[in-house]
Amino acid sequence: MLKPVDLLMVGVGGQGTILASRVLAMAAQEAGYDIKVSEIHGMAQRGGSVVTQVRMGEKVYSPLVTESGADVVLAFEKLEGLRFLPFLKPGGIMIVNNHEIPPVPVLIGAAEYPPDILERVRTISPNTFVVDAFDIALKCGNPKAANIVLLGVLARNLPIEREIWEKALSARVPPKFLEVNRSAFAAGYEYK
Amino acid sequence: MKELLSGNAAIARGAFESGVTVAAAYPGTPSTEILELFSSYPGIYAEWAPNEKVAMEVGIGASIAGARTLVAMKHVGVNVAADPLLTFAYTGVNGGVVLVSADDPGMHSSQNEQDNRYYAKFAKIPLLEPGDSQEAKDMIGIALDISEQFDTPVMLRTTTRVSHSQGFVEIGGPKSIAIRPYVKDAKKYLMVPAFARMRRALLEERLAKLKEYSEKSPLNAIEWRGRAIGIITSGISYQYVRESLPGASVLKLGLTNPLPEKLIRQFAGGVQKLIVVEELEPFVEDQVRSLGITVSGKDLLPDTGELNVQVIAGKFAEAGLLSPSEKAPVKADGLVTAAIPGRPPVLCPGCPHRGLFFALRKLKLIATGDIGCYTLSGLPPLEAMDSCICMGASIGTAHGFGKADPELGGRTVAVIGDSTFLHSGITGLLNMVYNKGAGTVVILDNSTTAMTGHQHHPGTGSTLMGEQAQAVDFEALVRALGVKRVRVIDPLDLGEITKALQEEVAAREPSVIICRRPCILLKRATADDVILVQTEKCRGCKACLRLGCPAISMKGKLAHVDPDACTGCGLCVQVCRDGALVKGGSANA
Repeated sequence: MLKPVDLLMVGVGGQGTILASRVLAMAAQEAGYDIKVSEIHGMAQRGGSVVTQVRMGEKVYSPLVTESGADVVLAFEKLEGLRFLPFLKPGGIMIVNNHEIPPVPVLIGAAEYPPDILERVRTISPNTFVVDAFDIALKCGNPKAANIVLLGVLARNLPIEREIWEKALSARVPPKFLEVNRSAFAAGYEYK
Repeated sequence: MKELLSGNAAIARGAFESGVTVAAAYPGTPSTEILELFSSYPGIYAEWAPNEKVAMEVGIGASIAGARTLVAMKHVGVNVAADPLLTFAYTGVNGGVVLVSADDPGMHSSQNEQDNRYYAKFAKIPLLEPGDSQEAKDMIGIALDISEQFDTPVMLRTTTRVSHSQGFVEIGGPKSIAIRPYVKDAKKYLMVPAFARMRRALLEERLAKLKEYSEKSPLNAIEWRGRAIGIITSGISYQYVRESLPGASVLKLGLTNPLPEKLIRQFAGGVQKLIVVEELEPFVEDQVRSLGITVSGKDLLPDTGELNVQVIAGKFAEAGLLSPSEKAPVKADGLVTAAIPGRPPVLCPGCPHRGLFFALRKLKLIATGDIGCYTLSGLPPLEAMDSCICMGASIGTAHGFGKADPELGGRTVAVIGDSTFLHSGITGLLNMVYNKGAGTVVILDNSTTAMTGHQHHPGTGSTLMGEQAQAVDFEALVRALGVKRVRVIDPLDLGEITKALQEEVAAREPSVIICRRPCILLKRATADDVILVQTEKCRGCKACLRLGCPAISMKGKLAHVDPDACTGCGLCVQVCRDGALVKGGSANA
């Protein structure tokens, strides 16, 4: 019996959530899961919030994660992590990229970027990993691999073997970026 | 072999496997990917039509000529295509035809959330509602078979969550379907009143046969579980029902027009309480009630927006219909979610539309708007658009302003994108010329259909199949409609835009300003173009912030330009009164 897992990947258009969700879907398929992945397109390139919902289990019906239903919320951006926190299950795992992308209401001075996001997130979710994914990816050779660093942290917290992840990564990442993404994934996977 | 496919990808795959050789569409979320993906299969033809009506007509022609045909559009597109559709229902088909209507409950990317199932009932054609990707693929094949068996176009209605959710799909090989011979048959295809009356009678006979088919089709099936509650459902709602009410009996309807009356009566007779779970309108519920069956539905569940597991479980629990083992999930409470700034979509850094809207706002002009990325200019800080109704509406609306109140009309500008103008703006402009309007129309020509992800159109010089094509000459086109004042400007030149707007609004005849510059996402700027802030000159007046450019913010009291986001479009340089913003290249020189 496969343990069902519901998760959300949230961020801002252009952060690489799509590639991360493709690798995840392939790994889950390889591990024998039924899976549904739901994305809302259309506004992604215009700087809006981007949400990918992933549900895995023996048999998945609804493609949508419920509020208080996510085992994991993976936030590619801090504010988006806070925004989707109500979807986290009590006791669920929060993975937050320590990265700020101010939205336009903040840029034009109509709103304030909350200064205390990490405290708020940690208060609600004791199981929070804050990851400096850009710095880690930079050390691996390319800051654009930050999404794969975060995927590595996620992988460590899901019931799928590491070999399956690595196979999925090789299949989904273009060969010329594979080496840097492999080391980014490893850095994420071994992140403490 | 199983592949993870979105509903739209599964529809494209299903069309390919079922022998569709001609497909036509106009892009619109959530339907766009269907044709994009279908166009990549071998041995088929697919095209972007300038609008949904033309796409439908191309589909009708291909069908009469004998090909299996797919036509796809978003829900509001069916409004545009309704004219040919409702008479195509009379003529029927030769090669099978499936019309995909991608509805958008919750209005993720739409101006309304109309429930297009009523179109199928209105046109008296069969309606299929897939609930996941596998069903979407399978139902395309079934729809084509029904279409040919019953001589009718078939509507397949998805919703955003079906179109844009991925699930596993069993991949099959393509079926080779021979083109049916075309036989001239005026009584079938020439809908003059005498022949249309004959087809009208056949329409009812066909519907009666389809009703029998609906009773026996495996698309409509009862799943017996507990008998206390019986749910009738279709589409994505089935998935939500299976999770929120795992113990309930379900009548799952895949074919929802015409409804299987006997099967519904049988199901109703086998359960204690009958409830219809459907998104948006009580389409099935009202019809069940009209059979004289006691049924519940919209008295429990919302008739606006999307359903989900949580909504259904919550409403059933409120009504005392959930047993303790099926209780609703605990609602998140006490989570710190106050004061979270929103992240609305915005015009991209370097977007060529930005300058026009900045100028419109500055000149305090009324802007009747249209459908496209530029509709985002109606939001803060630009707030430069007064109305947005539907594709092509901007021009007729501006003309109406002028006819109601010439003074108001003299301050009104219609704003429309290139793809939208070709979709349904041409007739509006023709009307303005013919009926002696004096409006100003701005065509924002960014050489693509940007909002839906950069599709080609008759103005881009390329087709969906990747071939070169004749590109429409916008200047010549609007002149041919009778517009004498036509000018082309660069929308990144604020001085030129302002002058053009002032002069054309003052002119007492129709005028067209074409703002021409490609979408910034089609052509990235080079790194040394980015704008630099000369901090010693910046006084922190925030004039640049009014552009609503995501690359510009305040760092402390001074302007800051994010070099990773900036494309060097130079609008902010023109807005800055203190010369504090300069092009990178010129600062280095």
